[in-house]
Parts: sequence; structure tokens; C-alpha cells
Amino acid sequence: MKKWNLLIDVAKCHNSQNCFLSVADEYQGNTHPGYAAEMPRHGHRWIDTKKKERGQAPMVDVAYVSTMCMHCDDAPCIFAAKNNAVKKRDDGIVIIDPKLSKGQKHLVDACPHGAIWWNEELEIPQHWNFDAHLLDNGWKEPRCAQACPTGALKALHVEDSEMEKIKEEQNLEEFNPQFKTKPRVHYKNLHLYNKCFIGGTVVFVENATEDCLEDANIVLKKEDEKLDEVKSDTFGEFKFDGLDPNSGSYQLEITHDGFLGLSVEVELEESIYTGVHTMQAR
Amino acid sequence: MKFAFILYGLQWALRITALRYPMFRARLKEKDFSVQIRVADNSMGRTFIFKGGRVSSRSGVRQDCDVDISVKSAELGAELMMPPVDHLKRIEAIKAFSLMAVGPDELVSWFSETVYMMQRAGWTWGTPVANGETRYVNNTNGGPVFVYQKAGKIVRLTPIDFDDDDAGTWTINARGKEFTPPRKSSISPHGLASKSIVYSKERNLYPMKRVDFDPNGDRNPQNRGVSGYERISWEEALNIVEAEIKRVNRSYGPGAILAARSSHHTWGNVGYYISAYNRFTNIIGATQTMLNPDSWEGWYWGAMHHYGHSMRNGAAEIYGQVEDCLQEAEMIVFWASDPEVTNGVYGSFEGTIRRQWAQELGIKMVHIDPYLNETAAFMGGKWIAPRPSTSPALAQAITHVWMTEGLYDKEYVQNRTTGFDKWQDYILGNDEEGVARTPEWAADETGVPARDIRALAREWASKKTYLAAGSMGTTLGGACRSATGAQWARAMICLMAMQGLGKPGINFGGLQFGAPIDYNFYFPGYAEGGFSGDLQNSGNAISLYQRMPHLISMNPTQQAVPRLKMPEAIMDGKAEGYPIDIRSIEGQFFPVNYPSPGHSKVKMMYKYGGSYIGTQPDSNRYVKMYQSDELECVIAQAIWHEGEVKFADIILPACTNFERWDIGEWANPGGYGYDWVGQLNHRVIGIQHKAIDPLGESKSDFEIFHAVCKRLGHGAYFTEGLTELDWVKRVFDASDLPRHISWKKFLKKGYFVVPPEPEASRPKTSYRWFAEGRKKDVPEPHPLPGSYGENFLDGLQTQSGKIEFESNSLKRYGNDPERPPLNKYIPAWEGIHTSDLFKKFPLQLFSPHARYSFHTKGDGKDSAINDITDHRREIDGYFYWIARISPSDAADRGIEENNLVKLYNDRGAVICAAHVTERVRPGMIHSRQASAVYDPIGKPGYSADRGGCINNLTPNRTQSLKTHSAAYNSCLIEVELWDGGSNIGHGAAEANNQIAGAGNALETAGQD
Repeated sequence: MKKWNLLIDVAKCHNSQNCFLSVADEYQGNTHPGYAAEMPRHGHRWIDTKKKERGQAPMVDVAYVSTMCMHCDDAPCIFAAKNNAVKKRDDGIVIIDPKLSKGQKHLVDACPHGAIWWNEELEIPQHWNFDAHLLDNGWKEPRCAQACPTGALKALHVEDSEMEKIKEEQNLEEFNPQFKTKPRVHYKNLHLYNKCFIGGTVVFVENATEDCLEDANIVLKKEDEKLDEVKSDTFGEFKFDGLDPNSGSYQLEITHDGFLGLSVEVELEESIYTGVHTMQAR
Repeated sequence: MKFAFILYGLQWALRITALRYPMFRARLKEKDFSVQIRVADNSMGRTFIFKGGRVSSRSGVRQDCDVDISVKSAELGAELMMPPVDHLKRIEAIKAFSLMAVGPDELVSWFSETVYMMQRAGWTWGTPVANGETRYVNNTNGGPVFVYQKAGKIVRLTPIDFDDDDAGTWTINARGKEFTPPRKSSISPHGLASKSIVYSKERNLYPMKRVDFDPNGDRNPQNRGVSGYERISWEEALNIVEAEIKRVNRSYGPGAILAARSSHHTWGNVGYYISAYNRFTNIIGATQTMLNPDSWEGWYWGAMHHYGHSMRNGAAEIYGQVEDCLQEAEMIVFWASDPEVTNGVYGSFEGTIRRQWAQELGIKMVHIDPYLNETAAFMGGKWIAPRPSTSPALAQAITHVWMTEGLYDKEYVQNRTTGFDKWQDYILGNDEEGVARTPEWAADETGVPARDIRALAREWASKKTYLAAGSMGTTLGGACRSATGAQWARAMICLMAMQGLGKPGINFGGLQFGAPIDYNFYFPGYAEGGFSGDLQNSGNAISLYQRMPHLISMNPTQQAVPRLKMPEAIMDGKAEGYPIDIRSIEGQFFPVNYPSPGHSKVKMMYKYGGSYIGTQPDSNRYVKMYQSDELECVIAQAIWHEGEVKFADIILPACTNFERWDIGEWANPGGYGYDWVGQLNHRVIGIQHKAIDPLGESKSDFEIFHAVCKRLGHGAYFTEGLTELDWVKRVFDASDLPRHISWKKFLKKGYFVVPPEPEASRPKTSYRWFAEGRKKDVPEPHPLPGSYGENFLDGLQTQSGKIEFESNSLKRYGNDPERPPLNKYIPAWEGIHTSDLFKKFPLQLFSPHARYSFHTKGDGKDSAINDITDHRREIDGYFYWIARISPSDAADRGIEENNLVKLYNDRGAVICAAHVTERVRPGMIHSRQASAVYDPIGKPGYSADRGGCINNLTPNRTQSLKTHSAAYNSCLIEVELWDGGSNIGHGAAEANNQIAGAGNALETAGQD
């Protein structure tokens, strides 16, 4: 049986917020009986795009990750709910019943992903239900995917076996693997959000004029073990990505024909731009 | 005989239509009156009597009818009344007094509309979909939408997914890959959030009167913005508007009424300001507001003088660049260009996918911007961050590298440009100034390391490079709005002139414009004036007027107020500006002075929308203007209760585009935005269904203008007896649509996708003709034939026909020391070199366009956009505007994330939420402009604003004194933690949030 999944490519998200606005448009001022009660005018982010800025000027990058109800196959909210207020549908979608869930504020805490929101006025827990009411009326995808301008957000209606293959091929990850909830929302290029980089600029001085040094060779080492190797670009810049935050000390070895080699020690907490490294002529 | 038969038939047509259609039946019940239609010589006539919903008629000529319509002859009468209506004949007969209607305007309009209504009584529209909903279509400033409606309420808005009946999609082949855009329209955030601003608690739902405004007694202008409102009826509101228009005209003479509006409006061809508003303000003979070229500025006042393009306000050609860039370019330099934020103004995210293709092809990218903008963050590549207002120095240093290292296209410079030797002498320091514009020189000025400037210059010259200059990429916007805005735009032209503009892979553009769509299919853009009949102040005369004959409207009042100097005009009684005159390069040199000879000063203001405090520079001036007793009456016609609408004496509630009829094409402004549809992946022309009834007692702008016109006896002239929907049909008929789709189908489905251009006939790439020395072969009708110095289509609009490093037009003008013929570097008049001020206010305020809102649209109004944490920050239940500050500047001032801070200088103070970010270079504050909310803590105009009107801080000086240009981005401020006070200066105010306390602040500030 085909089930719904959401695939989110962090590299393709540029924070248009069209996913958030689609949800606001669909649920604010509208009641979808059996699926969802009205979303409050302010304060709820059923789809919530988180931001991560990495590095320091001039080497800064920014990643955006949309998060939402993960429609987990092992959803803690289902177990925590009374009166069968949370159901797992055959198509994989998790629905918090807007009537049966009344008063069940504990469901907000039951979700380790922080994807359930408490509606003070109606006294119900609410989440993004994959626009199930639209899919049941023949829509081909939820609104967040339809309105996404970059293709960062895609809905896949496939067999679980097919999804497993896609996860494998595209190297998809979970946003919070530590919770082991078997989410149906899968992430690509998540390292841009949760890993770190080490970067820098290589320059040289000739006739009292400083210039960027292209094609310098930079080797990244940890405890004398070589991890990676890159070349500096036109602007003398280099970057090693995908490193764990707070992962201790690293060494950079910078070499280029005609220059004396340089070695730089780096203590990695968060992404770091190591600054300008001036190579001396041999 | 024929005429008599037609008149007899009319009675039956009215009756049968009423029998068949309940809506028409209801219409007939609205009025009891009689109308006679007769031949002028009384040789024949018939009277129609409407009574209790019934129509009867009798032949013969009478003297006692409420309305008397006469035609010169029975033949003419037959011609005019035989459907389908020949509009050209009809208006010719009106102009020649061969067709006349005498009687109360209300009844004349009603009768004419009712006759027209018969033809559309059977029309149906909308598509039934699941769940009892009906799907309609509309257009927003940020893209077309499906509008799902149920039980009179909008349920949702979505972008449009094309179906199999819609036209196909183009494909570009580049470097062995095929690229095809998705078959759907895209939508900007402010478009997608439309429902939330339709159903906003900030809507003006009823006519309102300021409580202490008494038109027959004390007007209390000093209390505007303070005293509050009471609800009045439309009848009362129109009584006051009518009486005030008549009073000021009789008391002061022509020019006493000022009509003022914003640059943008809700989408459509009929209701758009250039249509209905222009017609209205021409009819009442108002003093007009003369706009500055706000989207172009430096391109208009500067770039134009090197390469022409006056009819694009100094912006470049926009054809073929998508294909050429993807196929040939090796690098794109985005300079003050953030298309992921500015969206080609109206182009939603259409260019986004094409930039993703460029990324996929490995085309290198560089981003020059003081802020690591969204396009840079999305695309990656080298970020170069000059100080605000210093980019022209960076450009000169690049030029220096190219000149000293011989890295430029010498053959092109030799054959396609003039004035290079003089330019070279200046750059190398071989002129009287003697300053070599080296990378080291520019490093001091810009803060960009010299090594980066050299690396960029060399890389640029060694690669086929596209220059994405400004928001559109193909020039326009960008760093054009600062003291050095014209210098920067000029610099962009001079750079490309050295690299061979127009050669394969070398052009302007960032893949936002120049898609391979059909550029010949005619549908009018909004600037073509709709039914305005305004041949002077719209593009009406070019095509639409011929295709849709309608009565012209012309303003007899030859007076204009320069928008940027409006407060001075009102409060000081005089102002000078320079016009947007796109006929020629020289049009901009003619000063416009207020007041005009023999005209009255402005005594009354008719304001349309309320964006000035959020969008105009040094905007506390506008607040003070509104409180001036020089303005005896201020009318605001507006959808929302925001901005300066709260300063009006009378508020006329307008409705949104979802509550009225209209028709429009996505991203088609026409006019100086000629062929801007070229940024779309598919041209989409949409009917704008009236999806819901106007909320409360609000009315469409068309209806409001019509109501005022009727009071003045101009009602029938204003509408020509047609309703909005009739005009929509006429715009449809005037376009190329009827050749492709029937009205019935178009009205029902709501949109049409224009088929793409076949590959073989796609437009040529911009400037290829120029680079190759051929006649111009891109499909733009610019410049005017008389602007070619020699043969038609040979060369550019400049005197030499070439790109001029030394501008002949500025040389001939010879009258502007701030715009010398060579684009010399003149540091900003407010910036790092203005030392006393810089000591006091050491941070440069950089205020580009907002990302999620469109000017003031989508902001405030209880909109869903307020909840976007990169738009506003909710702190203690209040949505604050965001000020972005570098970590070092924040640390120096003890500022942390989400602290409330006061941005201030001598002009004002604005309270914002601080966002500490590495994306801002040290020494500046980044805070986007155009807050819809003006919320002064103390006395309006003299206290800190909590709403986020960053333009309270920006300077009102024009870029050069001989222009009418804004320079928002040359602005010095200081920032500190907010102490809760209302004072605009440094430090503690005397009281917290107390208007009485703020009065003390006022006195201090007022003495400055």
C-alpha cells in the first residue's frame, strides 16, 4: 500500500516561508471537520522553518530546515493519547482528532519533535496533518509542496519498500534520529544545518602587494590522520564541511609550490573561519 | 423605421431578460423612473417607464421624462443601439454631441448599465470543485492564484497548476542538458498571504470621520493622527467630500486639490490606479503627485547618460539572456542584486529555478552586497561586502586592474564606445585630480580587501561573465538609491562596456529576465492605463486606446507636487523637482516648480492608500505635513487602517481585488516595464473574479470614484455607462485573447496560458546586435525614431550611438556638479566622510526592500506574514520590525538577540528587535524598509516609532540636487538598548509610553 512521505532538501530551501504561509492560509479561518479545527491567527507554526547561520564574515552560510509533524510510524503521541484521539491512517498520515483530543494538553509534551501546538482557545492540541482533507479530495500533494518555489519540499506517495530504496540512494536522514520514532519526513543535505565547517583564506605578498593564492593545497587532519584535502579557489578560500560540532582539535596543512608550508591548529566548537593565512615564498 | 423597431424591441429584451434571470429581475426593482430615447428633431421617440420592477414603454416624444436621451438621426440611433455595440462609433457620437443624455447622473448611469447588463445576464464563472467549493482566479502583485470560495467566504489561495488543456512549456538546451520549468505558476509570500489581509481586523469597513473634524466649524488639523474616528454613512461621507471639493475649488481656484497615491496598487487593468484613479483625478482637475523613478533612480538619473534607454527609465534590454547565460556564461556577478527577495517586482519565484539550473551547470557566482543576501545564501559563491554607498569606488578599482593589466576587450572599446581615453586618464590618476583608483585606494573606501578586488577583476576578465546588476539583474534597483546611486548605476554600464556587452555569455542579467516566451502576444499592462483615457500620463495612446476606444480624460490643472518634497510644498508653500519624462534622455533636465504659475496652492488632499510614512524618506516630515493647517481637508480612500490613513479627516473604505471584478496579466506593467513578462516561465493572463462581496460597507475604488463623480455630474462620463465587469470584457476584447479563447470559456475557467515561442523564432539576445554592429533586432519599440542620430535602428540613443564613457548628454547639460560627464567618485554626502555626523552617528543604515511584504502590502494588518520571524519578531505580544547588527557592533553596545533597541539620529527614532548576525558587515545596520505600521509612542512626528518605519531615519536630500531621487541608503544612525521612552534622541525619555511626557520630548526636538 502506498503511503505518504515528505522529502526535504536543505540545500534547496531558501526560506520563502511559502510552506508556513500555505498552512496559515489553509487552517486559519477554516474548519475541516474530522481533520482539523481552526489554527489560531498568531503564534502557531505547524510548519516551522528553523535557521542556522554558520561561520564568520566573510565566510558565512545559512541553512533553513522546515520542520513539522513527522507523521511517525512509532508516534509517541498515539500512545500518549486518550480516547484514541490520535490515529495512524493506512496511508501513513497521523491525525489528531480535533474533537477527541479536547483537553489533552499532555500531547504537546508527548511529541519529542515539538511539532504539536496547544490551542488555548479551543483547548486542543494541533499539528500539520499533511493536508489529509485535501488528499482525500483528490489533491496530488499537500499545499506546502505545491507552493514551494525551489523544489525543496516534495511529497512522495510510495510503498514503504520504495521509500527505503530512495532513502538509501539519496542518503536521507531523520531530523531527530535520537528519538527513534520512525518519521515519515526525511531530510537531504542536513549537514548544512547540523554539522560544521572549517574555512580560511590563503594569500601571499609580492612586491608589497597582497594577493589571493589560488590552488593552494589544504589537508585537514585530526590526530595526524588525514581526513580530507581541498584546493583554495580564486579568492584563496577553502572550506571543509560536514564536521561534528565540538569535535576537538584539527590541523590544517597548507602547501603550494614555491611557498613554505603552513600548519594551523584549529579547535572546533561551531563552524569557524580561520582567517587569512599568508604564505611565505621559499 | 429600424430605430423604432430596435426601441420597441428593447422593452421586450428587458422584460425577457428579467423573466429569465432573477438577478436582472432584482436590478429592475432598484429604480422607478422614466427615460426617453428620441431623435433630436423629435421626429421619433419612445419612453420607457420603470416602475416596481416592471418595464413598459410607449412611443412618442414627451417633455416630462426623468432622463432624456437624444440621437442626431434615426440612422445613427439604429447603428448605436444594434448589438454588438460599436464603441468607437458610440464615443464619436458622444464627442460630437450626436448622442446626448440629460438627466440626473444616477439615473443615466443606472439605465446605461442596465442595458449593458442584459448581455451578461447569462454569464457564468468559476469552477465547482470538491467540498461544495468554487474555484475562481485572481492576480496579486506576487503572482496569479486560484481562489477557493465557499458560502461567500474565501477558503484558500493557491498558485495555479496548469492542466492538459493549457499551452505547453519551453525547453532550453544548454551544455548537453535540457531545462524545462515546472507547469505551474509560482507565488510570492505577500501574494500567498492575501487571505489574511482580506480578513484583517485592520480593514476599513465603514466610512469614518475624525471625531474633532467639523467641516463647518473647527477642523483641528493639529489633531490628525491622534483624535480617533466615528462611523458615518456613505451618504454623510459623500456629502462632505462633495462639499469640500466644491468649496476649495470655488475658494481657491485650480490646483487646490492634491491627489496623491503610492507606486503600487492591487492588481488589475480596470481598478488599478493608472486606470480608475487617473480618470477620476483628471475629471476633478486635481494637482498631481509627481513620482520620482523610485525603482530606477540611479539608472534613470545616471546610467541612461552612458547608453540611453530613456524609455526604460535607464534600464537595459531584457531579451534572450536566460538562454545565452545558461549556454555561454562562466560566471555571474550579482552586484546589489537579491532576486530571491525582490522577485523581479511582480515575478514571484519564476527566476529561482533558472538560478538553480545555473548552479547545477557549475556557473560560478560572486555576490557584492554589504549584507549576505538571500540569493547569496541560497546560491553560494564568494561574498564581497563593501560599505554602503561605496560600490562605485569598488567598480573603479576593478576598472583600474583591467586597464593596468590590459584585461579588457580592446576591439569593443575601440569600436563600440567613446571617451575611453579620458576615462582611463581619470582612473589611472593622469588627470587634474591625480588619484589612481587602485584596489588599495578602494580598499580604504569600501572596506573590501585589495586582494579580493584584484582577484575579482582578474576572474571577471578571464571568464565570460554576466553582471546581475540590481534587483532585476538586467539592471534596475540595487544600489541605485543612495547618495552614490547614480554613480553606481553608471559604473555598471562602464564596466560592461569594457568587457563586450552583448557578446555571447557577456551581458546583464541574473537569469531573472529574458525567458523564451512569446513577446508578441498582446495583452495590455497596467501602465497602459486601463479605461483612464489618459493619453498623457499613461501608455494608453500607444496601443490600448486604439484597440479599446474610450473617452479621453485630460487634467486641466497643470500643477504637480514632487512626491519627495511634498511636505515642503505643503508646509513651506514651494518645492522643486525634476520629472520622469521618458521621451528622451534630456527630459529629466526640466525643473518642475510648485506652485505652478497662476495656480492655487494645495488646500485639500485626496489620498489613495497610506504608505508614505513607511516608504518615503525622512518620513516624520509627512506626519508633520498632515498636521499642518495648510491642509484644510484630507480624504483617505484606503483598504486598511494603517500608516497615514490614520491622519485623514474622512476615510472612504475601499475593498481588495478579491471583492471586485478585474482582469490582468501576471507581471505585466507595460509602460517603462515593457515586456517584464519576459521573466515568467509561462505568461498567464487572468480574469480577476469577484470571489466575494466587499466586506462591510467597503466598495471598489471604481465604485467610490463613480459615487463622487455622480455628485459632480461626471458619473456617466467616468464610467461611460459601463460597470467594472463590462470594462473587463472590453479589455479582453482589446487584447489578443479572443483569437485564442472564447470569452465564455475564459470567464469560466479564469485564465489563459500564452503558448511559448517556437525555438526558431525566439527573440535575439540583448545587445548582440550592438556588439556585432548590426541594426537593433530585439522586439522593443525604443527609443523613439527621432532619437537615432543617423539611420533608424542604428546604434544606441546616446549622441554618438555608442556607449559613452564620457557622457555627451551630461556634458551638454553642464549644470550638475554632482553628475560630471565622467563618472567620477564623489563620496556620499552622508556617510563615513561626513566626520562630525559620523562621530555622532557611527553606523550606516542599509534599508533594502522587505522580503515577505511588498512595500507596505502584506505587512501589519494582522497579516500571517507578521509571524515570520525574519520579517517581524513578536516580543511581549507586539510584532517589532527587525534591525540586523553585526556581533561586534552588538557587543560594543551590550545588545543581544531579540533585545529591543532604538535606532536613532536627528531625524527620528525607531524601536526594533535586534537580530545579531554575521551576515551584516560591521559598521552598519540592516533593516528592511516599508513598514505598514506607524505607531508613535508619543506625539506623532516627534517621537520614537514602535511600528518600524525605518524611513523616519533616512535623509530627504535628493541624490544630486538637480534630480528628484531618493537616497535612503546614505543614512547615519546610532543604536542603543531601548529604555522604553519616546524620545527620538539619545538616552532616556522623560516618561514611558506617556503622550504627556512625550510632549516634553517634542519641545526639545522641535527646537532643533
